[in-house]
Amino acid sequence: MKKNKFSIVLNGLIAENPIFVLMLGMCPTLATTTSAVNGLGMGLATTFVLIFSNLVISLIKNLVPENVRIPSYIVVIATFVTILDMLMQAYFPSLHESLGLFIPLIVVNCIVLGRAESFASKNKVFDSALDGIGIGLGFTFALGLLGMIRELLGAGTLFGFRIFPEDYGMLMFILAPGAFISLAYLIAIVNRIRKVS
Amino acid sequence: MIYITIFIAAVFVNNIVLSQFLGVCPFLGVSKKISTALGMSGAVAFVLTLATIITWLIFHYLLEPYELTFLQTISFILVIASLVQLVEIILKKVSQPLYQALGVFLPLITTNCAILGVAILVIQKEFNLLESVVYGFSTAIGFGLALILFAGIREQLSHTKIPKGMQGMPVALLVAGLLAMAFMGFSGIVKL
Repeated sequence: MKKNKFSIVLNGLIAENPIFVLMLGMCPTLATTTSAVNGLGMGLATTFVLIFSNLVISLIKNLVPENVRIPSYIVVIATFVTILDMLMQAYFPSLHESLGLFIPLIVVNCIVLGRAESFASKNKVFDSALDGIGIGLGFTFALGLLGMIRELLGAGTLFGFRIFPEDYGMLMFILAPGAFISLAYLIAIVNRIRKVS
Repeated sequence: MIYITIFIAAVFVNNIVLSQFLGVCPFLGVSKKISTALGMSGAVAFVLTLATIITWLIFHYLLEPYELTFLQTISFILVIASLVQLVEIILKKVSQPLYQALGVFLPLITTNCAILGVAILVIQKEFNLLESVVYGFSTAIGFGLALILFAGIREQLSHTKIPKGMQGMPVALLVAGLLAMAFMGFSGIVKL
């Protein structure tokens, strides 16, 4: 039995999209999507952690005793989050500043531990890395989309380019309630599309 | 006086769920019934206060003197995970009724980002130990308040007719959005 490598990546992007289908990792989704750039940045940061933690966990899966597997997975994940934190501080200081607290909080993002437990601990190294890429891209796609919608409705810009005058922007969409409401409608639309197809 | 300010700021103005987006997963996950919401809030209040104290002590007496602050994330999450296990074991031994009420929620708490979030926030804001305890406890009260309000509304929602596409998660998120809007009314009362 040989699974199509491409389908593993696609699976994370569409069939098991972490936000729209699995509904995991809601906290960073809502908090960091105030603009398209922030949303994409957070998505890519999580992708980085997902790929490497999946890779390492898949490598050590036969060495770790069953009882202590969750704590050891958390240590692996926390290590990569710390590396990411330092890398971002060095190379993307402004993005690091605006994401702030939510970089260390990738450790407790349920997606990362969830994929480690449900995929990486059962599959081959290469497949696990691919799964990390797929799920990560799905997460990035969802966060980017939500970020674009909120930035457009709230500030009238898209990736910093002005689409319509600032006076028409609804500040509500950048603030907390807008996050909940835009995600609600986005999920409703995705549900509708998935029913049809 | 500062303690009252911290309390009001953490419960109402900067509500942990509705304006800081920490702990959204349990907020959406265990809010179908008021009784489970109460249990979850109790467990969070207990662990959050305890975890804030312990991580504060570790940071200021272990990590800072030995210049190991880059280990913050790893050490905090390990402390929280083992603390949750410890609380579970102790509760099981000491108080059976309390264990029965909170027990199911304890394993879920490890991945509740509110706990790690508050532990890191307290360090960032440079609170002293007592301020941190007050902040941790009031944050937990704020979490409980939002969770119980939300659960009450969701219980009512199950009796209403909702368009098919909006059923489940979308309508829950909409309600959360309206609650967040209501809590925005508190903004500006106190500044922290």
